[in-house]
Amino acid sequence: MSDVVTIEGLTKNYGRRTALTDCTLDIPAGHVVGLVGPNGAGKSTLLQLICGLLSPTAGHISVLGAPPQSGSPRVGFVAQDTPVYAGLTVAEHLRLGAHLNPRWDASLADGRIAELGLDPRQRAGKLSGGQRAQLALTLAIAKRPELLLLDEPVAALDPLARREFLQGLMAYAAENGTSVVMSSHLVADLERVCDYLIVLVASRVRVTGEVEELLGTHHRLSGARRDPDTIGPGRHVVAASHTDVQSTLVVRSSAPIEDPSWSVDGLDLEDLVLAYMSEAGSSGRDRVLEKR
Amino acid sequence: MIEFHLDSRSGVSPYLQLVQQVRHAMRLGLLKEGDRLPTVKDVVAKVAINPNTVLKAYRELEYEGLVQPRPGIGTFVTSTLGGDDDSRAAHEPLRQELTEWFERARKAGLDDEDVEALLLSTFRDFSEERAGRRG
Repeated sequence: MSDVVTIEGLTKNYGRRTALTDCTLDIPAGHVVGLVGPNGAGKSTLLQLICGLLSPTAGHISVLGAPPQSGSPRVGFVAQDTPVYAGLTVAEHLRLGAHLNPRWDASLADGRIAELGLDPRQRAGKLSGGQRAQLALTLAIAKRPELLLLDEPVAALDPLARREFLQGLMAYAAENGTSVVMSSHLVADLERVCDYLIVLVASRVRVTGEVEELLGTHHRLSGARRDPDTIGPGRHVVAASHTDVQSTLVVRSSAPIEDPSWSVDGLDLEDLVLAYMSEAGSSGRDRVLEKR
Repeated sequence: MIEFHLDSRSGVSPYLQLVQQVRHAMRLGLLKEGDRLPTVKDVVAKVAINPNTVLKAYRELEYEGLVQPRPGIGTFVTSTLGGDDDSRAAHEPLRQELTEWFERARKAGLDDEDVEALLLSTFRDFSEERAGRRG
């Protein structure tokens, strides 16, 4: 399957601050991709680079086989906090969308608004957070984009509005096969809906891959205390913690681990992401030490 | 028509949960030969999960010979589960014996967790031994 986004050596600085460092990754088509990482990891910067709102300091991006282009009809973008025009009514938003987008699907937009029970005469400023998010999603998908980017779309929503938003998003993705990339700092939101994961920590890509493959190749090992370097070839230690008697490791290994001196468990997605975050923390400290 | 649900804390992967719910519904007779499964869009719009998860579950069920997709119409149940009348007739005496065994375990001082652990480990050993004999 082809890639919707290819990124090579991508770096973005804001003045002296680095938001993204030397990122290289491909995003395959036909997936719902979760972009996870703590606040300030560079998720929004990466999404804005992909949709052409920012230009890179260094490196290359290709989106749907072309350089990113702001306002492209082929890419839908729902920015953080799902912004809408508070003074415009729902109907005026739809008219604006139709005016600005050559491929605007009016029946999809009107149908969704009716299905959601939104009053077209209502000003967007008076909508609830969940309704505003649904309006922003409607505007993005009525463009009929080939790639849909969402920046923390459900972070500010209550659990019911969150579920309803994801239901609408998944129904659209199922019907149209649209590639979706959505960011979140909450892994639980992404666990159900994403089948591909990008973990971004401290401006760097830590791990990418299909969720199922990641879950199948990461293991939690616990046993008597020992040096993680002795774990053997083909096994990458993602995170390690030790007490005076015990060692607990998170290990990536495509082959099953059948060493009887370890007790081996699986990880859920949240633990997996946390392991990469803690790895970033310790290697970050190492780099600081190296510089001194 | 059945409705799916997802237990995100069960540790069972989502696609397998869907597969198990279909098999379970077939065993209980909620799904019979010729019944249609919900469309992928219906499932994801209800459960808010990834469409590929549903597709994978339906492919697995098809591979097991339980369902058959008909392009443009839907996915249909093509077989029955729960065994024939003979195997169902064997359920009751087996249940009796198991209940008696539970009573003996309780008398011997085993608590719930002891019983569960013993049951699971014995079943696992038994399955492995059988698999070994076959291989």
